[in-house]
Amino acid sequence: MQLITCPWCGPREETEFHYGGAATVPYPADPAALGDDAWARFVFVRPNPKGPATEQWSHAAGCRRWFTAVRDTRTHRFLATVDIQPEVPR
Amino acid sequence: MTTTTAPPTPPGAHLPEHPDFLWRNPEPKRAYDVVIVGGGGHGLATAHYLARNHGITNVAVLEKGWLAGGNMARNTTLIRSNYLWDESAGIYEHALKLWEGLEEDLGYPILFSQRGVLNLAHTEQDVRDSVRRVEANRLNGVDAEWLGPDEVAKVCPIVNVSDDIRYPVQGATFQPRAGIAKHDYVAWGFARRADEAGIDLIQHCEVTGFTTDGDRVIGLRTTRGDIACGTVALCAAGHTSVLLDELGIPAPLQSHPLQALVSELLEPVHPTIVMSNAVHVYVSQAHKGELVMGAGIDAPTGYGQRGSFSIIERQMAAAVELFPVFARAHLLRSWAGVVDVTPDASPIIGCTPYDNVVLNCGWGTGGFKATPGLGWCLAHTTAHGEPHPLVAPFGLDRFSTGALVDEHGAAAVAH
Ligand SMILES: Cc1cc2nc3c(=O)[nH]c(=O)nc-3n(C[C@H](O)[C@H](O)[C@H](O)COP(=O)(O)OP(=O)(O)OC[C@H]3O[C@@H](n4cnc5c(N)ncnc54)[C@H](O)[C@@H]3O)c2cc1C
Ligand SMILES: [Zn+2]
Repeated sequence: MQLITCPWCGPREETEFHYGGAATVPYPADPAALGDDAWARFVFVRPNPKGPATEQWSHAAGCRRWFTAVRDTRTHRFLATVDIQPEVPR
Repeated sequence: MTTTTAPPTPPGAHLPEHPDFLWRNPEPKRAYDVVIVGGGGHGLATAHYLARNHGITNVAVLEKGWLAGGNMARNTTLIRSNYLWDESAGIYEHALKLWEGLEEDLGYPILFSQRGVLNLAHTEQDVRDSVRRVEANRLNGVDAEWLGPDEVAKVCPIVNVSDDIRYPVQGATFQPRAGIAKHDYVAWGFARRADEAGIDLIQHCEVTGFTTDGDRVIGLRTTRGDIACGTVALCAAGHTSVLLDELGIPAPLQSHPLQALVSELLEPVHPTIVMSNAVHVYVSQAHKGELVMGAGIDAPTGYGQRGSFSIIERQMAAAVELFPVFARAHLLRSWAGVVDVTPDASPIIGCTPYDNVVLNCGWGTGGFKATPGLGWCLAHTTAHGEPHPLVAPFGLDRFSTGALVDEHGAAAVAH
């Protein structure tokens, strides 16, 4: 079984973790100004890279904290796991 | 010139003649009227129907690996059309009708076996949703019945319909015309026909980029040189995002591993197909005798054609709960493909911001069953430059208009 390193708990089995999709998707700065296409892009479109991807993971069956990971989608190898990035002030 | 004598052949080393190849392996020409990217089932079927229905044969199918070695080689071959919404019933039922005559059309055996599919219901909500889907199917001319637990046991005696399991079977929908086929034969049948029509099937030719001129793509960069094109049809399944990123077209696709497994060969024990969304497994028995099982995607994305063993473990647990008779069967192999999943579990088909690029993707876990229907409609879309009516509801624009075709209910375990 693959081991994932929680920034707080250290290496744990992958089944303890929950995948939370792409990280760093900013909420639109001026939502009222968005047209339908821009909304569709915000709601539905996420990066889908073949290679390193920046993602949110949660240590669901452990400390239950969220963190940011960089994972290579070709190999499932985690390149880095770090504390969740603080929200960018708007 | 010297003559050499061949070394003596040891007894038993005589190999039979290689059987006739089913297609040529031509060098790519420098230009085609239509270039299809991706030589899986969809690309090959599109090529066949371009020739058969539209007389368009100056066509190349470019495949980065070997022909039909992607999801076409990895799927569990379930074919059905019992989807909920009218739009889906339209395309999947069109496909099922084509399956029913495909062996004749291709002149090639595809082992299409209409053994029916049971979609089990385990909760009251499952029952309500299933009965609703049966009614919707009938209104769309799709064969469908609702069966109680006793009738389920008549169709498939090895399903555990007793009360002493975690999620007892409350009944099932049944589509008798559903079935399985031999996926490789399907691909080879389409490939052979396309090749006979003069279409070039080009293997080990990866498309790495595009040359554009305004809102047209005028050429493709490939690992076997540049190729100029009239129209481009994208049929790259799990790798579609890689190509769309090159073209700068945003699309709501996520590429996930989807796994499946087979048991050792067994006597015929399983007469139909059984799917359970709630307990999360589906099972059929292939012609040779192996039990073929699958379930859902691995949650994280991945392009590596590899998934987690925990997923396999979970689906085997579900299978043994539903089919106690499988408890001693051995797992022989498991594998994964890369499937392109959309937010509404429906495909994306149609035109793109580029005038001469048509798109076919997002079939996720369930596009094998659509192969002939999609090929038919994508050939039409390619030939006419506008979507065939059966695929028109599946355009990329539906994510902006909000007209989603939400098939999570019918497709959650998918296939
Ligand atoms: C484990 C598993 C089980 C499944 N079970 C079922 C099922 O029971 N029923 C069902 O209906 N569906 C099922 N599916 C889904 C089905 O297999 C797919 O939806 C369908 O095969 C997709 O169409 P395709 O055959 O054209 O895809 P593929 O066979 O994946 O073809 C796409 C091709 O494009 C090629 N390609 C990609 N990028 C490039 C490039 N840049 N240049 C050149 N070539 C490129 C790839 O190499 C590949 O051969 C399953 C899938 C998997 C993985
Ligand atoms: Zn932790």
